[in-house]
Amino acid sequence: MITLTINGLRVEVEQGTTVLEAARFLGFPIPTLCHMEGLSPYGACRLCVVEIGEGPKAKLVSSCTYPAEEGLRVRTASARVLRARKMVLELLLASCPQSKVIQDLASAHQVRQQRFRQEHEDCILCGLCVRMCEEQMMAKAIGFRGRGSTRSLGTPFDIKSEVCRLCGGCIYVCPACQLRCTYTEPDKAICGGCANLSPPCVEKERFDDMMCYMNPCVACEIVKD
Amino acid sequence: MKKEEVLSIIDKHRDQGDGLISVLEEIQTKYSYLPAEALKLVAERTGRSAVDVYSVATFYRSFSLKPRGKHLCLVCQGTACHVRGAPQVEKEFARQLQVQPGETTPDREFTLETVNCLGACALGPVVVMDGHYFSNVRTSRVKSILDKTRAGLDDAELKADLRDFVLTVSCPRCNHSLMDPHHPIDGSPSIKVTVATEGEHGWLRLSALYGSFTVESEFGIRTDAVVDFFCPHCHAVLKGASLCPLPQCRAPMVSMIVRAGGVVQICSRRGCKGHMLDLNGSGV
Ligand code: SF4
Ligand code: SF4
Ligand code: SF4
Ligand code: FES
Repeated sequence: MITLTINGLRVEVEQGTTVLEAARFLGFPIPTLCHMEGLSPYGACRLCVVEIGEGPKAKLVSSCTYPAEEGLRVRTASARVLRARKMVLELLLASCPQSKVIQDLASAHQVRQQRFRQEHEDCILCGLCVRMCEEQMMAKAIGFRGRGSTRSLGTPFDIKSEVCRLCGGCIYVCPACQLRCTYTEPDKAICGGCANLSPPCVEKERFDDMMCYMNPCVACEIVKD
Repeated sequence: MKKEEVLSIIDKHRDQGDGLISVLEEIQTKYSYLPAEALKLVAERTGRSAVDVYSVATFYRSFSLKPRGKHLCLVCQGTACHVRGAPQVEKEFARQLQVQPGETTPDREFTLETVNCLGACALGPVVVMDGHYFSNVRTSRVKSILDKTRAGLDDAELKADLRDFVLTVSCPRCNHSLMDPHHPIDGSPSIKVTVATEGEHGWLRLSALYGSFTVESEFGIRTDAVVDFFCPHCHAVLKGASLCPLPQCRAPMVSMIVRAGGVVQICSRRGCKGHMLDLNGSGV
């Protein structure tokens, strides 16, 4: 067992527990975006930052990937953490302002302005769909391609995947595109789903600009082509 | 692309215990690019998912999924080259070849590409044609570089190798002189570097007379051993991008900057006589 201190409270956790799990066990809220129970931690969004260490050695780490260490002192809501978190949210909001998930997070964390140019990306590279597809659906139909500013997500060669199970798992977990799939279920739709996106995915022509990797689409029963 | 050829490449590397990148590199060397069918075969044969193979193939700049031309022209756009005029050099290549970076000429002769740094900043602007470095490239030299490449760089290199003169060289990373005037070899200052091989580590002095293979070293180096060369000042590895031109050797080449401009490359295998000289402006 490992003993660590979170916001002044001592807690004992098992070896291999992450700081995020330990903090949540104590009831300290830490917002997350790319973290999901049942999927391996990935550390892409940096929203879960916490401060560890003391004095000049104090640093920010992503709690979802940081393993609990003996004697570790963690602060989950110091001024520095809150500032960093707000900045992360502001940047996420700039790259994907149409995402309801990000909008809600930003609003809950008092982000009242957005000073960066809006990019309207259809993907924030959080990797949730890749892990969902690989770890829960055992399909490995989609993955990252390229790197740096041209990194993108999709099927190999941008053609219909032979191994996709048409489960819809990737769309379900995606913070950037999940709205689209509520389109045909008006009672569940938050804002009209994909019909509100411009252009709506039903009107998109090419498979590779849809963030939907299912072909044919089974969730919405809209026949493409 | 022939299926059997690709399968034999995959099997060869599997037997040698190599990873995915070695397989992709060899396929690319063979076909000048990575055909989609070949990537699918690699995934199937090695038990990887197509997604993983495709991610690796698209991650590295040196892999191309589009067919490349006979000659590959890389124009460095790193910071140092950029401030010394690399964008104009790139434009001039694009103008003369009538293609944009990333494209191949319709006659499939040249592919123009840019890179972000070749680690030879002191030589900038640097252009690499089929693995041969050209330093301090000006727009006025673009035409002759293209002509020389069309004529075949390897022939030009051989002719240049018949000359006999003394070189003054420096480290490509820190640009510190490697010359040691206190210990002359063949009557002129020697080139002093640090070497390591087979667990030993020490200095090595080479003759600066081009074409002479006289060396002195702190410890005995077995003939045929491949030696790692380091700069004695900044400790950078003096490793060039290419392999020894002698077909029976193919050890990595060691590259050093020639003071007058250009690069000299010598083979890192003890006793091998492979070397290349690419002097700024000579024969270009
Ligand atoms: S729908 Fe296809 S791509 Fe998406 S998670 Fe399921 S198997 Fe993977
Ligand atoms: S498609 Fe969605 S879930 Fe997948 S990486 Fe992009 S934002 Fe994340
Ligand atoms: S095509 Fe169907 S499943 Fe795919 S995003 Fe659009 S509505 Fe959702
Ligand atoms: S939840 Fe930890 S980095 Fe995204």
